[in-house]
Amino acid sequence: MTDGSSPGAAATAARQRIDPFLEVRGLKKYFPVKGGVLNRTIANVQAVDDVSFDVAKGETLGIVGESGCGKSTTARLLMRLIEPDSGTVHFDGRLIGADNGIPIREMRRQVQMVFQDSYSSLNARLPVEETVAFGPIVHGIPRPEARERARRLLYDVGLDASRFMKRYPHELSGGQRQRVNVARALALQPRILILDEAVSALDKSVEAQVLNLLLDLKQEYDLTYVFISHDLNVVQYVSDRVLVMYLGQVVEIGPVDEIYANPRHPYTRALLSSRPSMDPELRITEPPLSGDPPNPINPPSGCRFHTRCAFANEVCARASPVLSTFGDDTRHEIACHMLSPGSGHPDAPAPS
Amino acid sequence: MAEVATLRPGAEAEVPIGAIDARGYWSTVAYRLSQDPVTIAFGVVLILIFLAAILAPVLAPHDPYKANMTMRLAVIGTPSYMLGGDELGRDMLSRLLYGARVSLFMGLTPVFLALLIGGSLGVTAGFLGGKVNMGIMRVMDVFYAFPTVLLAIGLTGALGAGSRNLLIAITVILSPPIARVAESVTTQVRAFDFVEAARASGADTFTIIRVHVLSNVLGPILIYTTSLVSVSIIISAGLSFLGFGVTPPTADWGLMLATLRTTIWVNPYVAVLPGLMIFITSMCFNLLSDGMRNAMDMRF
Amino acid sequence: MEAVVSTPTPATGNADLVRVSDLRVRFVTKETTVYAVNGVDFSLAPGEVLGILGESGCGKTVTLRALIRLLPEDRAQVSGRVVVGDNDMLRLPKRELQSVRGGTIAMIFQEPMTALDPVYTVGYQIAETIIRHEGCSWREADVRALDLFEQVQVPSPKRRLNSYPHELSGGLRQRAMIALALSCRPSVLLADEPTTALDATVQIQILLLLRELQKELGMGVIFVTHDMGVAGEISDRLAIMYAGRLVETGPVTQVMRAPLHPYTAGLLSSTVHGSMRGQRLQAIEGAPPNLEKLPDACSFVPRCPHVRDACREGVPEPVQAAPERMARCIRVNPA
Repeated sequence: MTDGSSPGAAATAARQRIDPFLEVRGLKKYFPVKGGVLNRTIANVQAVDDVSFDVAKGETLGIVGESGCGKSTTARLLMRLIEPDSGTVHFDGRLIGADNGIPIREMRRQVQMVFQDSYSSLNARLPVEETVAFGPIVHGIPRPEARERARRLLYDVGLDASRFMKRYPHELSGGQRQRVNVARALALQPRILILDEAVSALDKSVEAQVLNLLLDLKQEYDLTYVFISHDLNVVQYVSDRVLVMYLGQVVEIGPVDEIYANPRHPYTRALLSSRPSMDPELRITEPPLSGDPPNPINPPSGCRFHTRCAFANEVCARASPVLSTFGDDTRHEIACHMLSPGSGHPDAPAPS
Repeated sequence: MAEVATLRPGAEAEVPIGAIDARGYWSTVAYRLSQDPVTIAFGVVLILIFLAAILAPVLAPHDPYKANMTMRLAVIGTPSYMLGGDELGRDMLSRLLYGARVSLFMGLTPVFLALLIGGSLGVTAGFLGGKVNMGIMRVMDVFYAFPTVLLAIGLTGALGAGSRNLLIAITVILSPPIARVAESVTTQVRAFDFVEAARASGADTFTIIRVHVLSNVLGPILIYTTSLVSVSIIISAGLSFLGFGVTPPTADWGLMLATLRTTIWVNPYVAVLPGLMIFITSMCFNLLSDGMRNAMDMRF
Repeated sequence: MEAVVSTPTPATGNADLVRVSDLRVRFVTKETTVYAVNGVDFSLAPGEVLGILGESGCGKTVTLRALIRLLPEDRAQVSGRVVVGDNDMLRLPKRELQSVRGGTIAMIFQEPMTALDPVYTVGYQIAETIIRHEGCSWREADVRALDLFEQVQVPSPKRRLNSYPHELSGGLRQRAMIALALSCRPSVLLADEPTTALDATVQIQILLLLRELQKELGMGVIFVTHDMGVAGEISDRLAIMYAGRLVETGPVTQVMRAPLHPYTAGLLSSTVHGSMRGQRLQAIEGAPPNLEKLPDACSFVPRCPHVRDACREGVPEPVQAAPERMARCIRVNPA
C-alpha cells in the first residue's frame, strides 16, 4: 500500500477521500466463438466493450439494458467470476487483483452478489442454514459461530430461523428462496451488493416485498448497491444513478431523475417509452423502435445504435461517439454524436 | 414469541409450495425406497446373500476343500450333502457359501475401486472443463475402443492370472464408464449459479467440489455404479471360468461353474447351482439400481 | 348459475365465441393431487381481447391449455364445459379436434422454439399447416405464407421464410409463430405470455402487432400474462386469477383504476411504476397458497388486509357489482 511516510502520503489520502468506492475503467470482455473443423476462433461476442463508471459509497447504481447488452457480464467481471480482457477495477481505492492492491479473495468478502434464478443459485442438497453459513466457514469462522450468524441473517431477511433453517430450497417459495440468497450474500458482511436481476423472476406481489427488504437492508447494513435489471420501473424505484447499456457499451449515465425526466440518448428515450403505460386510456400507439437488438457478435460499426436510430447519419456509422457531459450537468454523460459539437452530425450544435 | 413479533414483515406468512416438513434429499430417497416393495424384497435377498457369505464358517456343514470320494456328484437332497457334491465329492452348499465370499469380493472390490478412480477423474474433468477435461476424457475414450471382456482378457493375460491381477483388470475396464457418467453429471451441476455463488464466497475449487458438487453428483454416480456390480461379478466369474482369475481349488462361483461344466450331462442340477447364484446376485444388484433410480428421480 | 352471474356481457348471449363454464382441472400423480383450476367461468365475444392476469401457479396457463385440450391426458383431470364456436371442446373426438385446433382456435406461446420445429424452415412449416387444413397446392400455400409474413411485419419476408427458427432473432421468431398461428384464419387466438421473454423494445412491438392483427382480422383473443402493464396495453376486458379461480373480471380501465378485489388492488400497488420513488411499496404479504390443499374459504384470506370472520366460511360466490363487473369478495356489494 502506498500510504505511509512518503511525501505523497497526504496527497494519496486526499485522493482516497474523494475516490469513488468502486471505480471501473475500460472494462472489456470478448467471448470467442469457436467453429470450423479446427475449432478456431471465428468471431467474438463483444459482451463488454470499454465500460467505465464509478459507484459512490452508499449509493445505488442501476444498470439497465436489453438482453445481450452485457449487464450480467459486467456483474461477473466485477466479482471476477470471469477474467476481464482488459480494464481495471478499484475497490475503495485499491486495485483488485494487483500485487499492491486488494487480493481477489478479500475483495469477494467485501463485494457479494445475488443471482437472478433463486432456484439455481441454491444448492438443493443443503439446508438453507448451511448455505448461508458456507461463506463464513470458508473464511475461517468456526462452525457454531457461522451457523449462529446464518440464523440471525435468516431472521433479518424476514424468515423465522427456527422454522426455516433446516429447510431445503424446494420446500421454500420463490420469494423465500430469494430472501435466502440475500442472506447468503450478506453472510460475509460485504460492503457492496451486486444484484443481478435479483427480483426479475419473482411474481409482482413478491417482488415488491423483496424490494422493500432490499431497501431496508441497505440502510441497516450501510450497503452500496449495483442493481442490474431489465425492468426500467424497478430501476427507477431503487436507483440513485442509472447507467444505460447497449450492446456492451455505456450510452448514457446520470442521476435517476435526470435520466428518467430528461433522457438525452435516443436509445434511452426509446427504452423509456417502450414501458407499458399502466393506463388503458393512454396506450402506446407507435413502437418507439423497430426490430431486435443486433447480435453482439460483430456489432454495428461506429455508434452501435445507428442501425435502429431514427436520427442516424453517415457519421454515426463511421465514428464511435465518446461518453461525455454536455451542458451544465456534469453528472449526466451521454455518448451521442447529435450532442457533440463538431461531430459532423447535422443536428449537432456548432463548435463554439 | 417476542422474536416473531419483531420479525421483518413479509415472509413469515408465506406458505411454502409443496412439502411442509423439512426433509433432506437422502432421507427422502430412503423414505421413497421404503415405499417400494420390489426393491426392498431384492435388497433383503442381497442382504441374505451377504450374511451367508460372512457367516460361511458358521453355516457351512463341511470343509469346502475336503474331498469325499463317496459323495462325488451326489444329487441334490443327499442327507448332510443337501445341495449335493461336486466332481471331487466336496459339499456344494459349503462351497457355494465360501464361493459367495470370493465372488462378492471379486465383484464388489473392482467396482468400489473404479468408483474412486473413475469418479474422481470424471468429477475433476467435469468441474475443471477445458484442457483438463479433454486430457482425461480422451484417455478414457481409448479404453472404450476395445470390447470390455476382450480388454479384461488381454490385461489379465499381460499381468498374469491370479485374483490380484483380475481385480486390477476389472478396475481398469470399469473406471472409464464411471468417469464418463461422473463427467457428464458434474458438467451439468457446474452450470448452476450456486457454484458461482460459492466461488463468489471465496471458496477454493476443492471445497466447492466437496460441499457443493459431490452432494449433487453422488446420487446419479451411485445408481450407475450399482448397475455395474452385476457386470463386474459376471466378468470376474467369466474370467475365472476361462482360467484367468481365481485359481483352483479356491471356491469361486465362476470357477466352480468351469470345473462342473464337464459333469453337466451327469448331474445337471448341481452343475447349474453356481450359475444360478451368479444370476440371482447380479439381478438383485440391477434391480436395486433401478429402485434407487426411481427413488432419486425427483425434481430437486 | 355461477356462469350467468360471472359472465359480464350477457347481452351477447349465444353469440359468444368462447364460453367456459365451471372449468376444473386437477393434476393427479401417485404422490399428490394439485387443484390447478377450481371452477372458472367466462365468455369471449367476437373481436374481444380478454386478458387473464395472475401470478405463477394461479392456473392461468392451465386454463388456456384446457381450452385447446393441450394438457397431458394421463395426469390432468378436466371437467366442466368449454364451447368454442359450435364445438364442445372437452368432448370433441380426437380427429375433429385436429381440425378445430389451428382452424378455429390457435395458440401462441412464450417460447416460440417450443412451437416451431427446428429442422424445417419457418416458411415450410407455415405452408405445410395451410395445406393440411385447406388442402390447397404448395404454390398457393407459399403465396399465403408470404402474405402472412408481410402481415406480421417481418422485414425482407421472402428471405426470412427460408430461415430456420434458430436463425431468427427473438422478435422475429415470435412474429413467425404468430404467422403460423394465423395461417388458417382462426377466430380465436390464445396467447400464453407471448411477450414475457422479449426485451422491452421488442415486447411493445409485438403487443402493438397483436392489437393491430386482432382488429384487422376481428379475432377474439385470450391473452394470459402476469404483467399488469402488458395486460393494460392489450386487453378490452380483464380477468384476475388467483388460486385457480377468477376473483375479478371487468372492463380493463375500470379494473385498473378502481379494483374491487383486494388481490387486484394489491397487485396494482405492488407493481412498481414511475411515480413510486421514495415511497414504501404496498406489497401483498405472503405467497400464493398451496394448491394441493385449498381451504374451504376465500383463498386470499392469509394475505388479505381486510379479513373478516365471514371470509373463512366458504369460498365467496361471485358478486355482480356493476353490469360488467364481477368480484369474488364478500366486501363487494351487489349492484
